[in-house]
Amino acid sequence: MAARKTVKKTNVSGDELKHYYREMLLIRRFEEKAGQLYGMGLIGGFCHLYIGQEAVVVGLEAAAEEGDKRITSYRDHGHMLACGMDPGGVMAELTGREGGLSKGKGGSMHMFSKEKHFYGGHGIVGAQVPLGAGLAFADKYKGNGRVTFTYFGDGAANQGQVYETFNMAALWDLPVVFVIENNQYAMGTAQARSTSTPDIYTRGEAFGIPGEAVDGMNVLSVKEAGERAVAHCRSGKGPYILEVKTYRYRGHSMSDPAKYRTREEVQRMREERDPIEQVREMLLDGKHASEDDLKAIDKDIKEIVNQAADFARASPEPALDELWTDIYAEA
Amino acid sequence: MTMIEALRDAMDVALERDPSVVVFGEDVGYFGGVFRCTAGLQEKYGEERVFDTPISESAIVGAAIGMAAHGMRPCVEVQFADYMYPAYDQITQEAARLRHRSNGQFTCPLVIRMPTGGGIYGGQTHSQSPEALFTHVAGLKTVVPSNPQDAKGLLIAAIEDPDPVIFLEPKRLYNGPFHGDHTGKSVSWASDARGDVREGYYKTPLGKARVTREGAAVTVLAYGTMVYVAEAAVQNSGIDAEVIDLRTLLPLDLETIVTSVEKTGRCVIVHEATKTSGFGAELIAEVQEACFYHLEAPIERVCGWDAPYPHAQEWDYFPGPDRIERALRKVLEV
Ligand SMILES: Cc1ncc(C[n+]2csc(CCOP(=O)(O)OP(=O)(O)O)c2C)c(N)n1
Ligand SMILES: [Mg+2]
Repeated sequence: MAARKTVKKTNVSGDELKHYYREMLLIRRFEEKAGQLYGMGLIGGFCHLYIGQEAVVVGLEAAAEEGDKRITSYRDHGHMLACGMDPGGVMAELTGREGGLSKGKGGSMHMFSKEKHFYGGHGIVGAQVPLGAGLAFADKYKGNGRVTFTYFGDGAANQGQVYETFNMAALWDLPVVFVIENNQYAMGTAQARSTSTPDIYTRGEAFGIPGEAVDGMNVLSVKEAGERAVAHCRSGKGPYILEVKTYRYRGHSMSDPAKYRTREEVQRMREERDPIEQVREMLLDGKHASEDDLKAIDKDIKEIVNQAADFARASPEPALDELWTDIYAEA
Repeated sequence: MTMIEALRDAMDVALERDPSVVVFGEDVGYFGGVFRCTAGLQEKYGEERVFDTPISESAIVGAAIGMAAHGMRPCVEVQFADYMYPAYDQITQEAARLRHRSNGQFTCPLVIRMPTGGGIYGGQTHSQSPEALFTHVAGLKTVVPSNPQDAKGLLIAAIEDPDPVIFLEPKRLYNGPFHGDHTGKSVSWASDARGDVREGYYKTPLGKARVTREGAAVTVLAYGTMVYVAEAAVQNSGIDAEVIDLRTLLPLDLETIVTSVEKTGRCVIVHEATKTSGFGAELIAEVQEACFYHLEAPIERVCGWDAPYPHAQEWDYFPGPDRIERALRKVLEV
C-alpha cells in the first residue's frame, strides 16, 4: 500500500484521539448491528457495509468546517454517521420505516440531510461525481468559501463521467476534494483487473489537478491530507485529489460470496492495520486513556446503536400514500 | 437447470461453435458474474474470449459495437438493466443505426444481456424494467425470456442474429418461477417442466410468442416474471383465460396475439414497468387496430405505478395476482 505520509508518533491531544476512537467505533458497531438486522430479515435488499474504512470518513470530517458539503456512493452509512446524522434515522431507513431519513423511499443507498449538507447516497456507480462538482460550483458562485468532499470508489474511478468532471472542475477551479476510497476491490474485481494504473490519483495530472495517496487505515494521516486538500481548495486553486488506500473487511454487499480474495488477506488487514486498533494503541500507549475509559466509551456507543436499532424496529411502515409523494412539487 | 445455468449453457454453446463470439462485462471473467451467469467460462475459453471490464458501461457497449462492426459477435453483460443508462447513447445512436446509415455496409451483431425487473428488494436503482426505452428505438430487437428452456434457445438465437439484440433477463426468475406471492415458499426450476433444458445447440426463434395456457374468456398478454403472476391470477380466479408469453417484444408476434383476441374478444396486458408510455400502451394500440371489431370490452392494463420503484413498499407497487385478477373480472363484466 503506497502512501506518502503515515503519521506514527504524534502530539495529537488525548481528547482528539478519543474523538476519533468514538466516531470510528460508532460506525463499526452500527454496521455490525445493521449486518445483524439484515441476517434477521429486518433489512432487505442491498446493504453495503463500511467496516474497515472508518478512518477515511472520520479523518476527513476532522478536516471539514461547518457548511462544507459531502456526497458519496451507496456505501454511505459511515459518511452519514460521521457528519452527525441521526443513527436511528439511518437505521430506520435501512428497515424501510417511516422514521427513516427518506421515510423508507430510499433505503440503504439513498439518504440525504440538508441540515448536515449531506447530498446523498447514490446507487449508480460514479453518478455522484459530477453532482459534487456542481455543488462546488454553486459554492464558488455564492463566494462562501465552502468545499465539497466528493467520495467515490476505485471501481467508480473508471467511469467516463469522472474524467469529464475532472476537466470541468479544473477548468473552472472548483473547490472540490475528490476522495477516491480505494479499498482495492470493485465488487468481485480486484483493482489490477480493471484499472490501467495502480495509483489512481496520478490521473489528475492530465487535468492539472494535484493529488496524493494517503494511508487510509490511519485516521491521523487522513486528517492531515484532508487539511492540505481543503487548504488548497479554499485558497481558490481549484480541485484536489486524495486517493485514500483502504480496505473493506466485509463483502461488497450482504449477498457477496467472497470468492475473489483469500480469508488470510482479510485477516492480515484486520490484525495489522485496523484503524480503530491503531487509535486505541495510541490512546493507551500515550496514557491518554485507561482500559476502563475505553470500556466506558464502548458501552456508550453500544447504547447509541441499540437505541438506533430499537427505533428502526419500532418505527411503523410508511403509509401507502408515500408511494406517490415527492415525485413532483405539490400543486 | 436454473435460468442462470441455461444462460451460461447458451454462451458456452455459442463460444464453442463460433470463434468470433466473445463474452465480457463487469465481474464477468474472473469472478463469473454477480449472478454467476458466466461462472467457469473464463477457465474454459481463456481470458481472450471471456473477460472483465472496468465499470464503464458507455465504453463497454461502444467497444462492443466496434467489435461487431468488424466481424466479431460480442455478448456483453450490463450487470443490471438499471446501469445501462450511461450506455444508452451508444445503444440507440450507434448500435441501432449503424446498418441503416452505412447503407448496409456495416452491421452490429451484438447482444447486450441485462438482468431486469423487481421483486428482489432492489429499490429504485436495482429493479427497473426499461424495455420500452428499447422497443421505442428502430434497429433494436428486444427479448425477455421467462424460463430456462426459452432463455437458452433465445440467447443462442440472439447471438446468431445479424442485428443488435437487447436481452432482458428477469432476475426474479433466475432461480425459479415466481407467482407474485413473496410470502410463499420459493419454487425452484427443478420442480418446473420449463426448467428441463435440452443439451447442446438449439435455437428458439426471435419474434415468436407462446401460448402458455389456452382459454376462451380473455387473453392475457405478459412477459418475463409477469407470465407466472398472470398464471397465478388466472388460477386463483378460475377464469378461463388464455395466457400469452410474448418472449420477444420487438419484433412482436402480432399474429399469435390477434388470433387469441379474435377468439376471446377481451384482453388484459400485464407488465412490471411503469404504466405511462410503457410497452402495454403499444400493445393496446396494436390490438385495437387489429381487433377492434372483435373487442367486447376496453383493454385493461396492470402495470407498475407511475412512481419510482420503491424500497419500503415493493409489494404495493409490484403488480401482483390480486390486481391482475381484478382486471380480469373487470373486462369480463362488460
Ligand atoms: C453504473 C453502474 N454500474 C455498475 C453498478 C454495480 N456496482 C455497484 S457497486 C460496484 C463496484 C464499485 O466499486 P468501487 O467504486 O470500488 O466502490 P466500493 O464498492 O468498493 O466501495 C458495481 C460494479 C452500479 N451500481 N452502477
Ligand atoms: Mg472499491
